[in-house]
Amino acid sequence: MNAEASAPARSDRPVEARGLVKRYGHLLAVDNVDLTVEPGDVYGYLGPNGAGKTTSLRMLLGLIRPTSGTAQLFGRDPVILGRRALQGVAGFVEAPQFYPYLSGRKNLELCAAYDGGDARTLVAEMLETVDLADRGGDKVGNYSHGMKQRLGIAAALLRRPRLLLLDEPNTGLDPAGMRDMKILVRRLSAEGITVMLSSHQMTDVEELCNRVAIINRGRILYEGAVTELKRSLGTWYRLRASDLAQALRLAEGFDLGDVAVEGDELRFSGDEAVVEQFMIALGRHDVGVRALVPQQATLEQVFFELTESDGAAAAEPAPVLEPVT
Amino acid sequence: MPTFLTAYRWELRKLVSQKRTYLGLGATMAVPLIFVAALSLQSGSPNDVAFGKYVRESGLAIPLVLLLFASVWLFPLVTALVAGDIIASEHHNGTLKTIFTRSLDRGQIFVGKLLAAATYALLALVLMGGVALIAGTLKSGFHPLISLSGTHVSASHGLLLVLASFAVYLMPTIAVVCIGLFLSAVTRNSAAAVVGTLMAALLMQLIGILPGLGGLEPYLLTTQFQAWQGFFQVPTDWLPIGRAAWVCAIYAVPMGVAAYLIFLRRDVAGG
Repeated sequence: MNAEASAPARSDRPVEARGLVKRYGHLLAVDNVDLTVEPGDVYGYLGPNGAGKTTSLRMLLGLIRPTSGTAQLFGRDPVILGRRALQGVAGFVEAPQFYPYLSGRKNLELCAAYDGGDARTLVAEMLETVDLADRGGDKVGNYSHGMKQRLGIAAALLRRPRLLLLDEPNTGLDPAGMRDMKILVRRLSAEGITVMLSSHQMTDVEELCNRVAIINRGRILYEGAVTELKRSLGTWYRLRASDLAQALRLAEGFDLGDVAVEGDELRFSGDEAVVEQFMIALGRHDVGVRALVPQQATLEQVFFELTESDGAAAAEPAPVLEPVT
Repeated sequence: MPTFLTAYRWELRKLVSQKRTYLGLGATMAVPLIFVAALSLQSGSPNDVAFGKYVRESGLAIPLVLLLFASVWLFPLVTALVAGDIIASEHHNGTLKTIFTRSLDRGQIFVGKLLAAATYALLALVLMGGVALIAGTLKSGFHPLISLSGTHVSASHGLLLVLASFAVYLMPTIAVVCIGLFLSAVTRNSAAAVVGTLMAALLMQLIGILPGLGGLEPYLLTTQFQAWQGFFQVPTDWLPIGRAAWVCAIYAVPMGVAAYLIFLRRDVAGG
């Protein structure tokens, strides 16, 4: 139903933004943003409130014009091609909105008609998918925020997209709703749909996304694989031992970093081989090892590390950590 | 492929689902009924307007008197109720982002909205004319009229002239639709656009009666609401009717084009 033969695909890359800038008067909402989403990615777009996530997504969907720079979806620029650039693309920014005086079903029928199809059966299927089949006849004005959010997903899926752009899809959902959303994103990804989502739920992003971009104050601080990002903060260890003072003294003889006592634990970082030698030394000096727990930074920790250090050095240029693309 | 007709059909469906639609249409039907009821209850006639003194002699005079009455504020208001809201309400509901991310061009959506607002204005006019004709004929009978030149006009010919008058009346009405759309696109606020459209119509009427500005009167939009009176001159006076065509276009086209361009290029940053 979305076949628009007049707009042939020119690139397989679902999203390619280069040097995107959006300025509102004196406010620089988006500052020279580059984004690359590859086919099959579940791509997380992270940033504090007001960082420029939604503005970027609006530019990708052609809802606002960039002050400068380009955004292309499958090689097509929405500024130049208008709705033809959205072939195979669906999604929403901020809370999805519908006509409050029409039923959920009628709103979806309108969306389907605007996509060029008579999609009555598809509408029913989508209402089932988002668990709104029994409320489809109710006016949207009577829907809760979560129900509108699910209707937004249904409206997006009506387009049978190859790229789904979701802005804070979990906003307003209860825990069960969030779980269902996660399951849905996983399922869509397994079906081959590329997903780009902005979110505040770090654990969800960590769980769902293979690649992320972190934006703060309109600038991209990092773009790349989640695993690479977490590795950039390294691995550290927590050690519980029979004689912590002796362990601390012995640690000084090894190439370990950030050695510190925290409560009844010794914390340090270092290569696996060095840590192995340190453990042997502890045994030789009759220090009993009760527990050695390797720790890796969570996405949340990395996020705060990046955004808060960026905030502290707001006047300086943004440090971009080894982009993977 | 979806076209502007897709947008037009759905705009009509949306109008059918909104209360304000029935408010305006109800007013256009209520006014002739109230007028005829007042005639039945009282003995006088509105002698100070054209055809006013014939309302008890021929039912055909009643829609003509109402056309003059409605041009003051009723039609600008009824037309503005929808034209002023049709874009602004999308901003209010945050739904522009919903429809702009489908497969219809913004231009196609705009044309659908323009046609829907014009259709609504046409329907309001047809309803007022229809109710006025039926109620007027029931009250005063289907009798001959006296033209503005004082000649006798048969009832059947009079009916044709009444229908032609309503058709000419549509021209300034469409111009009001374009003003409403323009204000709707500019203000993004339904109330401001509705009131603004009405104020624009009232302002033009004020200019028309201000001393020293009489020369402007033939070119005011509000004056074109009386162009149909040319049909009731003998011979037919085509001058005001022809002038209404181009004067209305002078108001409608720039307003419509400006609304179109604003709609096309607007950043959808809220909602």
